[in-house]
Amino acid sequence: MCESCPIVDWEKELPTVRSFAARKVDASMTEHIVWFDRYDHEHKPFVGGKNASLGEMMMAELPVPPGFAVTTVAYEQMWQNEGLVHEINDLLRSIDHDDHAGNRKISNEIRAKIEAVPVPDDVAADVREAYAALCKHCGVDDLPVAVRSSATAEDLPDASFAGQQDTYLWIQGADAVIEHMRQCWSSIFTDRAIAYRHSMGYLHQAIAMSVGVQKMIDPISSGVAFTLNPTNGDRSQVAIDASWGLGEAVVSGEVTPDNFLVDKVLREVIKREISDKGVEYTLTDGGTVEKLEITGDRRTTPAVTDEDLTAIAILARRAEKHYGCPQDVEWALDKHLPAGENVVMLQSRPETVWSQKPKTSVTSGGYDAMSSIVSTLVSPLHKKSS
Amino acid sequence: MSNSFPSPFEIEGPEGVEGWEDLYPYSSSFSDYRKDYEDNRFWFWDSMHWGKALTPWDATFMEAALASLSQMNSRHYRIPPADGVDFRILYGYAFLSPVGVDPSQIEARVPQFMERAGHYFGNWDDLYDSWLGKVKTTIADIESIDFNPLPEMEDLEVITSGSALGSGGKLMSEYNRFRDLIMHAWQYHFEFLNLGYAAYLDFFGFCKEAFPSIPDLGIAKMVAGVEVDLFRPNEELKALAQKAVDLGIARNFDDPNNVSLDGDAGAQWHAAWDEAKDPWFNFTSGNGFYHFDKIWVENPDIPYTFIKDYIARIEAGEDISRPIEAIREERDRVVSEYRDLLGSDEDREAFDGKLGLARVVFPYVENHNFYIEHWTMSVVWRKLKELGATLAKDGLLNSADDLLFIRRDEVNEVLWDYYANWAVNAPTASAAHWAPIIEKRRAIHAKLDAWQAPKALGAPPEVITEPFTIMLWGITSESVNNWLGSDEGAENELTGMAASPGMVEGIARIVHNPDEVNDLQQGEILVAPITAPSWAPVFPKIQACVTDIGGMMSHAAIVCREYGVPAVTGTGFGTDKIKTGDRIRVDGSSGKVTIL
Repeated sequence: MCESCPIVDWEKELPTVRSFAARKVDASMTEHIVWFDRYDHEHKPFVGGKNASLGEMMMAELPVPPGFAVTTVAYEQMWQNEGLVHEINDLLRSIDHDDHAGNRKISNEIRAKIEAVPVPDDVAADVREAYAALCKHCGVDDLPVAVRSSATAEDLPDASFAGQQDTYLWIQGADAVIEHMRQCWSSIFTDRAIAYRHSMGYLHQAIAMSVGVQKMIDPISSGVAFTLNPTNGDRSQVAIDASWGLGEAVVSGEVTPDNFLVDKVLREVIKREISDKGVEYTLTDGGTVEKLEITGDRRTTPAVTDEDLTAIAILARRAEKHYGCPQDVEWALDKHLPAGENVVMLQSRPETVWSQKPKTSVTSGGYDAMSSIVSTLVSPLHKKSS
Repeated sequence: MSNSFPSPFEIEGPEGVEGWEDLYPYSSSFSDYRKDYEDNRFWFWDSMHWGKALTPWDATFMEAALASLSQMNSRHYRIPPADGVDFRILYGYAFLSPVGVDPSQIEARVPQFMERAGHYFGNWDDLYDSWLGKVKTTIADIESIDFNPLPEMEDLEVITSGSALGSGGKLMSEYNRFRDLIMHAWQYHFEFLNLGYAAYLDFFGFCKEAFPSIPDLGIAKMVAGVEVDLFRPNEELKALAQKAVDLGIARNFDDPNNVSLDGDAGAQWHAAWDEAKDPWFNFTSGNGFYHFDKIWVENPDIPYTFIKDYIARIEAGEDISRPIEAIREERDRVVSEYRDLLGSDEDREAFDGKLGLARVVFPYVENHNFYIEHWTMSVVWRKLKELGATLAKDGLLNSADDLLFIRRDEVNEVLWDYYANWAVNAPTASAAHWAPIIEKRRAIHAKLDAWQAPKALGAPPEVITEPFTIMLWGITSESVNNWLGSDEGAENELTGMAASPGMVEGIARIVHNPDEVNDLQQGEILVAPITAPSWAPVFPKIQACVTDIGGMMSHAAIVCREYGVPAVTGTGFGTDKIKTGDRIRVDGSSGKVTIL
């Protein structure tokens, strides 16, 4: 055990963990489920950053696929099991932070223990009921959903790193949803998350885990949108990346996406770079995600139309307006929605590169019409504009 | 790639044009007296305004325009960095050269400019109202000029009033008054224009700084007026087309060269036409600078052809009215969105101020073109033709249009001959004197007109900074480099200004002069050296527009934006490289034209 890190003493801090719900919820929060479309800001500490952001997007009237969050209240119930707590503390104590391979093994053991404990009956019942309601809402039995971890940590600026984020796609049926929810809970103890918290000096129990369950969309194409021009920070443009199928091909670097610049205000495509897109990830009939070769003209056909681009740009701008700062948005075109209204948004978070540069005003000092005209006439105009 | 254009003294003109300089004032020719000055300057051919070889009278208006422009910069408002735009005629073509102010003098001019331009910006609306009055009075005065033939006998009133002043002397006075009024009109043309550009440029520069990639169109959309006099002639045509349909005489326009307006309905329609035509159809098919430009009122087949097209669209169930409310809403939306995207309240305050001023000045920038180039110049050319007809009728000239080949100062000699021999009642010398000269000048002019003038002369400055050159002519350091490197560019690609966004592919039609405008077929792409506002009625027909020359304030750019047609202006070589029938792709967002 690492002598220099008393803060990882899980057992010593255990009372805090146990009183977690009482401490944060102040007893007003007892719900295991929060639907995204009924989200409000008071729910934020109990649904985690990721779910809160989906709820927030719904508040901004952005087209987010329907779903619900399983709150941290449900997660906390797991720690009522004192036997589990002790076993995990023993394992954590045995960690040598310099032994990466050993840690992976311990991490796996912790996760296996969490996943082996049955989910409390009342939690399981609530999740089943919510999933059934979602299936009914979408008119599909055994609706495929994405099950995502959504870590929360009130005092930590980077809950997602501290908790790590597992996502399980194309999950079907209530049993499978519950099983993957438990995997999300256990993902708090991935080796990377343990190591990260260790290196940052964070308590393991500072993290609580909410889980998002959201209708899986079957994308024609997907991508990201930045609500500014990344080459010069121009806020009147949206940069949009797009490729066929799910986003995985781009994330993994297997495909260079098509790249577009769209003028937010004039709603015109200003620049387009169409790339050769060799593969796509799509859903097979068997409900699994599969990598497929793209052949023929489709490789160099733009993965979105100009109408799609305009729609994405308008939605991205709406997100930016709602959050009050430039956004980095994930979007997809859903196969099962009619063209023209098939753009859905999966995530919106603050853009980080340009937003961190100091805000520069174009004007310096007060505005005086005549002096301004003189300086325009005297300075080489074309330099300003190129 | 060479970094200089040929010297004006090295250019070899066409064969057999010796003595071409006699068509123009000596002050407008390159000469050994000023060689040092002239050889050290950059000159560009202003093919945007003067694409054809000039006759002596065409040259008159070019010179009047450039001197007036220059005078406002240099002597009236003291634009700090810019004096005038110098002009020369080389083998019949107008070459211009912006004259900058010595950097050491710029600062001293700033307070002068602030006071003088400040007065105009501060009193713009009142001054513009008075401008409209002045211009209308000037036009009425030109209309009133008496170029009638000299009478056999003076009216009795000359005797009874004891005036003693006769018609011959009056004709010479009237000719001088004509020249004075032309100079008035051209000074009025530039009274506000450069200041208007300056205010627009200031807003433009601000937008480019706040939004580095903002298209020119976005800026133009925020500033452009909703109801603009320059678009009025076209709106009047639409109303007349609707009237013809309503009155049940739509079929009478099937042959625009032979429109019958008999009967009650015809008379009613004609009354509406009469009401619209003055002033709105004092509208030229060209740019107003050339004697051959066709004016609608004098060539009704031109407006009738457009009316016929509009009738067809109305009958096909199309709504051809201009959606004023939608245009206004779109403008407000664009403004509020850019405003929202600004980084600070300070920026928003500056944005509001600059946009406000740009909008105050912009009606002038858009409308002066109708009042001077179209309306005033229509009347001017009509009067000049009247004088030619009078001189031909009384045997001073062999034909009325011989007058076009006599320089403005030489006309005084003709009028003296006319007067003196009218007084004596003896034979005149003019017809015989001028016949061989005019024959020679006509031959020279025809050869000059068939010649291809060079794009530019002399060494370009390292950077082009003169604001009006950039704004009006679209001549920037980039475009000059393009001209210099034109032989090395991809054969099938042209670059110009992204003047109006959108990307289309289609069949090109080259339109070298206004008479060819009506050859355009539905869905074709118009490729022209430059377009005129009076071509507006064909814009609904075309898919895109490509011009050789023109900046963001060129008439082509303004009209394209109004009609939402993708356009690339200032390509330099569009009409050379593209042939009628070529399939081309026009990307009005990036300014690229590709021959497919």
